[in-house]
Amino acid sequence: MEPVIPFTGQIVAMPINDIDTDQIIPARFLKTTDSAGLGKNLFADWRYEADGTPKADFVLNQPQHAKATVLVAGDNFGCGSSREHAPWALKGSGFRAVVSTSFADIFRNNALQNGLLPLQVDEETQQQLISLAQEDASTTLRVDLEQQTLTLPDGREVTFPIDGFARHCLLNGIDQLGYLQSLEDEILAWEESHPARVNTLATA
Amino acid sequence: MSANGRRPRTLFEKVWDKHVVRAPSNGAPTVLYIDLHLVHEVTSPQAFTTLRERGLKVRRPERTLATMDHSTPTTPRNELGIIPVPDAMAAAQLDVMRRNCEDFGIPLYELGNDKQGIVHVIGPEQGLTQPGMTIVCGDSHTSTHGAFGALAFGIGTSEVGHVLATQTLLQDRPGSMAVRVEGRLQPGVTAKDIILAVIAEIGIGGGTGHVIEYTGEAIRSLGMEGRMTVCNMSIEGGARAGMVAPDDTTIDYISGRPCAPQGEEWDQAVANWRQLPGDEGATWDREVVLDAAELTPMITYGTNPGMGMRITERVPDPDSLGDPAAKLALDKALTYMGLQPGQSLLGKAVDVVFVGSCTNSRISDLREAARIVRGRKVADSVRMMVVPGSQPVKRQAEAEGLDEVFRAAGAEWREAGCSMCIAMNGDQLQPGQYAVSTSNRNFEGRQGKGGRSFLASPLTAAASAIHGAITDVRTLQTELA
Ligand code: SF4
Repeated sequence: MEPVIPFTGQIVAMPINDIDTDQIIPARFLKTTDSAGLGKNLFADWRYEADGTPKADFVLNQPQHAKATVLVAGDNFGCGSSREHAPWALKGSGFRAVVSTSFADIFRNNALQNGLLPLQVDEETQQQLISLAQEDASTTLRVDLEQQTLTLPDGREVTFPIDGFARHCLLNGIDQLGYLQSLEDEILAWEESHPARVNTLATA
Repeated sequence: MSANGRRPRTLFEKVWDKHVVRAPSNGAPTVLYIDLHLVHEVTSPQAFTTLRERGLKVRRPERTLATMDHSTPTTPRNELGIIPVPDAMAAAQLDVMRRNCEDFGIPLYELGNDKQGIVHVIGPEQGLTQPGMTIVCGDSHTSTHGAFGALAFGIGTSEVGHVLATQTLLQDRPGSMAVRVEGRLQPGVTAKDIILAVIAEIGIGGGTGHVIEYTGEAIRSLGMEGRMTVCNMSIEGGARAGMVAPDDTTIDYISGRPCAPQGEEWDQAVANWRQLPGDEGATWDREVVLDAAELTPMITYGTNPGMGMRITERVPDPDSLGDPAAKLALDKALTYMGLQPGQSLLGKAVDVVFVGSCTNSRISDLREAARIVRGRKVADSVRMMVVPGSQPVKRQAEAEGLDEVFRAAGAEWREAGCSMCIAMNGDQLQPGQYAVSTSNRNFEGRQGKGGRSFLASPLTAAASAIHGAITDVRTLQTELA
């Protein structure tokens, strides 16, 4: 994975609460066995007419927002299904971060595994960013993962919380699997002291 | 402090503590051992790709079980006893699952296998789901297995790869929350109504970051299948997992199942399970209390499972909400649903009734639906689909003649799978159609693009199928309890 470096990106607002992962990527697109190529189906049911033409009034279809890389959403973003296709689709359409006051647990984990930053802010910052994006599509936000700061256009800096280990992995472009593999001895020791009670091989 | 000098611990804490391979260290979260990993075709392919790319094996195939459920057709078998898969993409995904399981040595209940079914139905059914275990699956409704006093939660595909390769996961310790349901349920009110009422109460983000333990007389009085229904929808309240402490009901249910421990091992296991319920004096970070006696059949009116109400209530008015975002959300939901503020849902005509999903497709759910349907006819205007959760559930229902009850009433009796819960397999609502569904999600388009879902219990669903419109089951002339 590429290390996450500081970046400045255009913001786009979807001020809707509880955006669930079925909206982010509808289930009919989950028959793929790949994680690439999902960007075109991001928010498919909100974005396209039945015949596949883009809906002009949907914010992500508006040309002035075409370059946006930071999505500013309502509360509780990413609730519902555990599908990692949701962050894959967001990344696939060029998003690098999502701003909300809260994220559903599984979505947050999935986003972090893929270098999509879940930026948790207070309601005031969220509302300010929504207004800014709606007033001027060229509004940008600077995101610095190392410092855990967002810099708003007026120069105001706000901090965001992030799991320390996920941050470490993202800054160094490493993933968590390597760390778990390095714990082989400890895993073996746990297994030896906790004999398995089930054996799935006996059932099939 | 308890008598032995230890801080009293909750059920969740006991299960968590036992599975810690490494406590938080060097800034990394807890490394948690996973006892049982369930796998399905939709959220696993990319994880196997990662394993291949890195030359890794599946560390514990004997703690891993795969099934096919999400994209599988539920249409009848052909003359060869095979269920054809007409959708090329679904067929390709199922092939990939088959190949992955072969290459990595993972047992698979494939389409047509006599144990195949929805991933959260088969684990408990085979006796693989046991108290005190840690169980994961690339599926948010893994919380279902918590009904046995297991710590069970959904993970993403990257994490599926972590568990396949190492049998462990990095996890921050969640907070804890108790939902206590006191008293006894009235006739016609079920486990589904309990959990819909809980979610309406706490909101769909209300449990975020928490593991819920369900306690109280009404929960204790539920059978295992009712407890599974409750735990299943914990995720719809945002919770990481839901749990119920194991008791005699739990132990009786597991006893004799194919993968249950035998003989001396059984006695040992039961002795361990008896230690799992929370200690006297253990506390949760939050507690919510409901009175079962006051609950009624519930129904959702909106586009998330938190938008639920008593079936006799009226659709709320967005203008009555103070919070502008909540008002907007309700406005948007009612527009999508084609409903008016203040409207009663009783008598609202529906096109489809779906009885199925990992929430309500077990034998007791089918028995309840059949009790209502028996000797009656599904309204001409309604398509009623009954989709058993697994092949064993299907056979059991057929042995009891339930298939005949449904067929005689004009309902479809189908093969096992997720079906219209997620609408990936061709079982789907048409745009604008209304459905009463026993599944767990009423999100926009969840049951088919443009489809509109009312979530309810199997009793309510069946009663609505008969009348062709949303019906309070308590008004039917049927013995309910
Ligand atoms: S029945 Fe529905 S909720 Fe359950 S596992 Fe299948 S798709 Fe998911």
